Amino acid sequence: MILDTEETLSREELEKLQSTRLQALTKRVYDNVPFYKQKFSEHNISPADISSIADLSKLPFTLKQDLRDNYPFSLFAVPKKDVVRIHCSSGTTGQATVVGYTKQDIANWGRLMGRCFTAIGASADDVIHNAYGYGLFTGGLGVHYGAEEISATVVPMSGGSTERQCTLLKDFGATVLCATPSYALYLHEAAAKIDIDFSKLPLRVGIFGAEPWTEAMRENLEKKLAIKAYDIYGLSEIMGPGVGCECTEQKGLHIQEDHFLIEIIDPVTCENLPDGELGELVITTLTKEAIPLIRYRTKDLTRINRTQCACGRTTARIDRLTGRSDDMLIIRGVNVFPSQIEEILVNTEGTTPHYQLILKKQGALDTLEIRIELAPTIAADEIKHLQNIERNIQKQIKEYLGVSAKCTLLEANSIERSTGKATRVIDLRNE
Amino acid sequence: MKVNQLSIFLENRSGRLAEVTETLEKAEINLRALSLADTADFGILRLIVSDFEKAEALLKEKGFTVGKTEVIAVRVKDEPGALNDLLKKMDEEALNVEYMYAFFQQSTKDAIIIFRFDDINKAVKNLQGKAYTILDNKTLCEL
Repeated sequence: MILDTEETLSREELEKLQSTRLQALTKRVYDNVPFYKQKFSEHNISPADISSIADLSKLPFTLKQDLRDNYPFSLFAVPKKDVVRIHCSSGTTGQATVVGYTKQDIANWGRLMGRCFTAIGASADDVIHNAYGYGLFTGGLGVHYGAEEISATVVPMSGGSTERQCTLLKDFGATVLCATPSYALYLHEAAAKIDIDFSKLPLRVGIFGAEPWTEAMRENLEKKLAIKAYDIYGLSEIMGPGVGCECTEQKGLHIQEDHFLIEIIDPVTCENLPDGELGELVITTLTKEAIPLIRYRTKDLTRINRTQCACGRTTARIDRLTGRSDDMLIIRGVNVFPSQIEEILVNTEGTTPHYQLILKKQGALDTLEIRIELAPTIAADEIKHLQNIERNIQKQIKEYLGVSAKCTLLEANSIERSTGKATRVIDLRNE
Repeated sequence: MKVNQLSIFLENRSGRLAEVTETLEKAEINLRALSLADTADFGILRLIVSDFEKAEALLKEKGFTVGKTEVIAVRVKDEPGALNDLLKKMDEEALNVEYMYAFFQQSTKDAIIIFRFDDINKAVKNLQGKAYTILDNKTLCEL
């Protein structure tokens, strides 16, 4: 099922719509946001120079730091009385970034999230268990409005009280689960403890996002939870969840191109890259009223695929995110993404995908320690068997990623479970 | 004729072993035999206890990574050469010891040796054929 006709426009129709919206957007931010007026002047451009999306690269980038510098409301393009909602990033990597929404923004967001639900086969017949946190974080409410948009039944569970979540998942007969992938795994473990078997529940679909996850993790989730697992993309600066989402084909995330103009750039040179090349995703919010952003650098690394999808949507797809340019670890000069390590760990027998990567300095050298939990069911009796698990992980990391790592096995359930984004990298190199 | 042994994976951090013994003490479970194998990062505590099922359930509930392993408890005379004799016989049958530990029994002047062989069923058969006394769970716990 496809919710809106905008998802199936021809490239020509879509680009015409995008161009009209881009023109209006540049005028809107120039007139209403002093920050952009100044930035445009610095680049010697005015809204009159933008007549179509072909002119996009003339516009300056917007960085996360710009949102921080304009904390809290200086990037808003509408009077405060028109703002009906505020959301805010967690601020774990610096000062929190604040975003606002007008009534129309909220309506658009719900509609776009509704498109995502429709794309993964959800409808008014579904019960959607929403374990994303409600509050300043965009995950909870974003998913909530989308679920209501398609008239599904929402269970606004939010994060925490894990045992109760399991009970209600079962009692209310949820068919769709929305959570971070690490929390979904935790739910599965917690359910087993109180004798709830996921494979016997009506649950059939999971939409997982807010942290990068791998194909290997998808297999793991689909097998353990007996569901189809779909990836969803969003970031609070742009809107929240629903900027892009997989369809049932599971071959990339469709971007809502009528609302978001996407580009891929080389994160170092900032030059635009052609479709199919890996680089940093840059998004321009075409319709956002409260806090429109021009060429926002997401730091997320992916590639664009504009070939026609078998689902019928004509919108461009992006690859599942392999990581953020921020997340990239440079270990003894080798670029490593935590997701690459996860890919190896998820398939290691005798362990669970609960792990932490610890980076330290030993003299001038970086060291990587991979701590991973043993499966609670393993009969840990022979040293050589356990050492083989460790050696096998070390060997694969060396072989596939070219870095030496030390693997340490942990007791089952010893890493603290997160109800939101899991902390998997602990970098102590600067301490 | 096999004995149930608890194998507990322990991270190398201080006090972890005592958490096991405290759990068992509170439940009034007696230790019959034990060995601790260790590496730089982790240890494996192997226990034979007075009440296997109860101990296993309790330790699991406390979050320990616990497994069940079958081992053989053999009675040998407490005299020079007794173990050597047994090992030679097992070697002749191409049976390998994965690990073993022993304790001395004051009342009968015998030693009890706990073995983990690579082929446990074959080991039981051979030991019995060679007139060794193999102790079952119950006997071991009543010593």
